[in-house]
Amino acid sequence: MITLEKLTKRYGEATVVNEVSLTVERNSITVIVGTSGSGKSTLLRMINRLVEPTSGRVLIGGSDTTREPAHLLRRRIGYAIQSHGLFPHRTVAENIAVVPRLLGWDVARTQARVRELLGIFQLDPATFADKFPHQLSGGQQQRVGVARALAAEPEVLLMDEPFGALDPIIRTKAQDDLLDIQHHFGTTIVLVTHDIDEAFRLGDRVAVMSEGRVLQYGRPAELLTQPSDPLVARMTGVADRAMKLLSLTSAAEAAEPGESDGPEVPGSASLREVLSELVWRGVNSASVVAADGTRKGRITVQGILSHGHPA
Amino acid sequence: MPGPAAPLRVATFLRPAAILRVAAAGLLAAFLLRPQSFAPLFAPLTQYGAAPIYDQGNLLTLALAHVVTVCCAAAASAIIAIGLGILVTRPGGREFLPLSRTLVNIGQTFPPVAVLALAVPLVGFGELPTLIALFVYGLLPIFENTVVALQTCPPAVLEAASGMGMSARQRLLAVELPLAMPLILEGIRLSLVINVGTATLGSTVAAKGLGEVIIAGLLSNNTAFILQGGLLTGLMAVLLYDALAVLERRVCANVRIE
Repeated sequence: MITLEKLTKRYGEATVVNEVSLTVERNSITVIVGTSGSGKSTLLRMINRLVEPTSGRVLIGGSDTTREPAHLLRRRIGYAIQSHGLFPHRTVAENIAVVPRLLGWDVARTQARVRELLGIFQLDPATFADKFPHQLSGGQQQRVGVARALAAEPEVLLMDEPFGALDPIIRTKAQDDLLDIQHHFGTTIVLVTHDIDEAFRLGDRVAVMSEGRVLQYGRPAELLTQPSDPLVARMTGVADRAMKLLSLTSAAEAAEPGESDGPEVPGSASLREVLSELVWRGVNSASVVAADGTRKGRITVQGILSHGHPA
Repeated sequence: MPGPAAPLRVATFLRPAAILRVAAAGLLAAFLLRPQSFAPLFAPLTQYGAAPIYDQGNLLTLALAHVVTVCCAAAASAIIAIGLGILVTRPGGREFLPLSRTLVNIGQTFPPVAVLALAVPLVGFGELPTLIALFVYGLLPIFENTVVALQTCPPAVLEAASGMGMSARQRLLAVELPLAMPLILEGIRLSLVINVGTATLGSTVAAKGLGEVIIAGLLSNNTAFILQGGLLTGLMAVLLYDALAVLERRVCANVRIE
């Protein structure tokens, strides 16, 4: 649904983004991962034209983004950044209402949307709607930032290191929330990060960037099992690649028929977590239990081993 | 932000600084409304039975004229300086920043007396040369504060504003100016207060104001006149400064930049 065609950005002599072409699928999360200076943020910012490309073009839903004024385009695209950029002089509710107001929504619709989003982001409207950003914790500010980006029901959400400023525990929670929200709204998300674990955790597809080029673009498991470039292998990490691969498969997916007298594990747990649990308890198998409490079969250490290397 | 609770307000009034302010305001009002009641205080400063209280004009009228002159000049300075400050912080106007800065600096460096001397032959005696001198003199603090305030808006906030689809004008009006407002108001306050004192010079070219009292005292060697002219001007400057600080806090209660 988003197509980048030979997108290039040069500043004087320096080529920051070099002929990048890729297609982002509808209703998916695409993560662009790279070291700092790899051009990933510039690439993202060319999608909503905060940076105008030197050459190449961006198509959203088949139409060229240069066909309308940049600020009108941006109202249709959500944008969330690391330091959240909340307006310090506006309340939480006013911050979230920025884009709906720009789009001329009526007051009732805007208010309803603000309340809905506050609810989804677990911020009680009665407590938080009238607070100012400086009265919130870092995690809350970040959630308001994402809520604001989603306020006008954009089809596309761009996120530039949205969780970079959060501590590890809150970050994991924020990542879970993002996955839930993506399921809930079906938004097409393009997210930039330097954290490969975050990329694997969130991305349906991951693009690895270095020096302005996309080295590889594919599903996380592909990057692990068939790295196209030594640098991709280095970034994805050779030492614990088996563990990373295991973390991409859920217990429910890997469950095999049979009974186990081992511990119960939730179907949503990754094989990496299941393996850790089995090692910790010193047993060979676990039974998989779905969210509704029904047994879905078992997982054995042997079974896990078969998932931990290229097929 | 919800205002502080009522008991807190009472407490604010009882702070020594607040008591001092109320006393200063009372003193100023009393002096302007009933100057003669202060005659015994100033009598020892006079010689040969001269009048202890200025009697060649109404003090209240002079004080009001003084304030009106200063406020008009400050309003003109603010309009021009803020406008210029906005212009030179836009992408298209950035190259004019050094030039504007130089011009505004000259306005501050050039002594107001000299401006008066130059303005009188051009526009004649009266209020106008004073207004010109005060206008020129008051530009710098407002201009510099506007420029600094607009240049130091948090980049993430500006990026978010653009990223959400605000046009340049919407961003300026809805984000940049509100965030810059505390510093801009501070500049206006500074400019106003400096000019309350500077405006006394205007009386040398026949502008109505409290300078008249001081100059009359200097001409007739009447220390009482000089002192009361100076005291009134000083009191007005201090009270104006405070009043604007209060206004600033009200207007900017919600502007917080971490």
